[in-house]
Amino acid sequence: MEYFIQQLINGLTLGAIYGLIAIGYSMVYGIIGMINFAHGEIFMIGAFISLIVVLLLNSFGLSWLPAVLIIVLVMAMVFTSLYGLAIERIAYRPLRKSFRLAPLISAIGMSIFLQNYMQLLQGARVKPLQPMITGGFTLIDDGDYTVVLSFLQIIIIITTTIIVILFSFIIYKTQLGREQRACAQDRVMAELVGINVDTTISVTFIIGAALASVAGFLYLLYYGVVDFFIGFLVGIKAFTAAVLGGIGSLPGALLGGLLIGLIEVFWSAYFSIEYKDVAAFSILVLVLIFRPTGLLGRPEIEKV
Amino acid sequence: MIQRQKQNNFNKELKDALLTALITFALTVLLFGVRTVQQPGKLGIETRWSWVILSVIAAFFGRLFFVFCTGLINNKGSYFQGVADNITKIGGTVKILTTVILVLTAILLPLLPFSDRYVIDIATLVLTYIMLGWGLNIVVGLAGLLDLGYVAFYAVGSYSFALLAHYHDLSFWVCLPFAGLFAAMFGVILGFPVLRLRGDYLAIVTLGFGEIIRVILLNWYQFTGGPDGISGIPRPAFFGLEFKRIPPEGTASFHTFFSIEYSSLHRIIFLYYLILLMAFITNLFVIRLRKLPIGRAWEALREDETACRSIGINPTNTKLTAFALGAMFAGFAGSFFASRQGFISPESFTFTESAIILAIVVLGGMGSQIGVVIASIVLIGATEFFRELEEFRMLVFGALMVAIMIWKPKGLISHRAPTVRLHT
Repeated sequence: MEYFIQQLINGLTLGAIYGLIAIGYSMVYGIIGMINFAHGEIFMIGAFISLIVVLLLNSFGLSWLPAVLIIVLVMAMVFTSLYGLAIERIAYRPLRKSFRLAPLISAIGMSIFLQNYMQLLQGARVKPLQPMITGGFTLIDDGDYTVVLSFLQIIIIITTTIIVILFSFIIYKTQLGREQRACAQDRVMAELVGINVDTTISVTFIIGAALASVAGFLYLLYYGVVDFFIGFLVGIKAFTAAVLGGIGSLPGALLGGLLIGLIEVFWSAYFSIEYKDVAAFSILVLVLIFRPTGLLGRPEIEKV
Repeated sequence: MIQRQKQNNFNKELKDALLTALITFALTVLLFGVRTVQQPGKLGIETRWSWVILSVIAAFFGRLFFVFCTGLINNKGSYFQGVADNITKIGGTVKILTTVILVLTAILLPLLPFSDRYVIDIATLVLTYIMLGWGLNIVVGLAGLLDLGYVAFYAVGSYSFALLAHYHDLSFWVCLPFAGLFAAMFGVILGFPVLRLRGDYLAIVTLGFGEIIRVILLNWYQFTGGPDGISGIPRPAFFGLEFKRIPPEGTASFHTFFSIEYSSLHRIIFLYYLILLMAFITNLFVIRLRKLPIGRAWEALREDETACRSIGINPTNTKLTAFALGAMFAGFAGSFFASRQGFISPESFTFTESAIILAIVVLGGMGSQIGVVIASIVLIGATEFFRELEEFRMLVFGALMVAIMIWKPKGLISHRAPTVRLHT
């Protein structure tokens, strides 16, 4: 039982990170109907930018933790969202009217490019960061197994909650969000009523990238290591989460993220840690075959 | 009046370039400007601001130049378009000529004066990729299904040969058909449930499948040897004649049978001709298939699935054959690869490999046979010769894939229009 509770806590923490990335996949898919294959790489860039900002702040001698966390978070969001913007502008916008697979191939190219770009710039070796936040609450201690809720996990879950509430507010309550949702429902109609579709799509990419960068920062804090290749696996798992929750649906993406996090952690805890990636991929395949609309998605009607 | 408009235009372009420079600055200031380095005990940083400054300057002038050039093309669009059309038009004779030259060079390569071991080795590698490219071309180019896990079938082919040889002591020639068969079978098993998915979902699922295969190969230690791989895979023999200096008791070796001096080059040349033959067969097969009803159905399916359905083509079965045949050629190529290396491990079957094969097909022009050849020679051959550029290879591949999709989505070298069109 104690073991189960501990895994539940770990799974929710990991799921929060996946959920943040999944939102980006889901929003982009909702608005332009493409899988942004490079989104995992945006997450990776977010993690690297966070790492660099942390090291820079350390070298300036700033060490008051709350200040460091907030500065890193803001800097990572700003700089990473610019990457999202640039990628959309360079690799996807010229392809709006191209054939179906063109944006996807372009996105794959972008993803390969960004991985190697980071490898060349920052080196191929794993970058370890000393743990910044240590300690935690001991929830249950019955002598042979202690259940610990670490401060780090609390911070990850709280940050995720705040960020998600903030962005839900933007999407559901502001003019910007209304335009964004209008474009997702019917792009041509939105254009006819005077919404600047190009800007709206750019904003979607910026929001997606900002959320991914938060995930990158939290990942860096949680695991303490980053390398140029993390975006690939995490990206696929987050995509699985978006599909599981129902692609195009925001609450769905978050729910899917939490589920994937839980599944992965429980799978590694009770079955085999070697095959944990197989679990995520199998779920992706199963969901796509049996329920392609996901848990909360609406069925898509194929138009001729 | 015109003067003022020009002035305005120039101001606009300048502003545009400044904005680009500003964004470039923001993009590069942290990642170019600061480099993380491992210091004793912790991670430290070094700065290199010169890189930031250089890239900002490059972006500013690059953008200015780009805007200037596109302006020129817009003004004289017809001229450039004319040139481009002409290039496409010469196609006919030049294409035949290129094909003849390429085929002759390929056949005579080992006899040419500059061909040493190194050149033949690279040519063998290029041919392996050409074969893989042709195989993937069936799936991506003809049937229009984006397969990101093609390397999985390559791995299945390699491992089926290696395992059959390892456990049952079978030779290359016996295993070759089995390798193709197993790979095709995997293609069907995977394809059956997922082929009804839409194009982009299919791509991700195939990617997932490729990774699953690799993870299983990596972790099933007792059977596949895990990360250690399988070594001591037998080399192919020439009609039962092996390429060994000292043949086993009672058998003849290649050099003793033909009574020639032993040379390790014999095997290399033999392997080269073997893959050349396999590639030719693949090509012939694909060209013939394209003219059969099934090939026509693939192309029709690529162009319009709904229309196909309404004239009674079963999309799932049609896609399945494309998937299985593509997989089969990957299986053949895989067993050749295993036999040539003598050692395989899951390391050789990563997503990067799939991406390289896809890049070859995309750059060559989806569906074009000759395009695959030229793209393989350029992408594989050139990077093998310029080893020092190795680390930039994938960077360039990625950038090229984006660039091709933007400027010439039908492929840089050549492209394959549907074999038959009702209207032009």
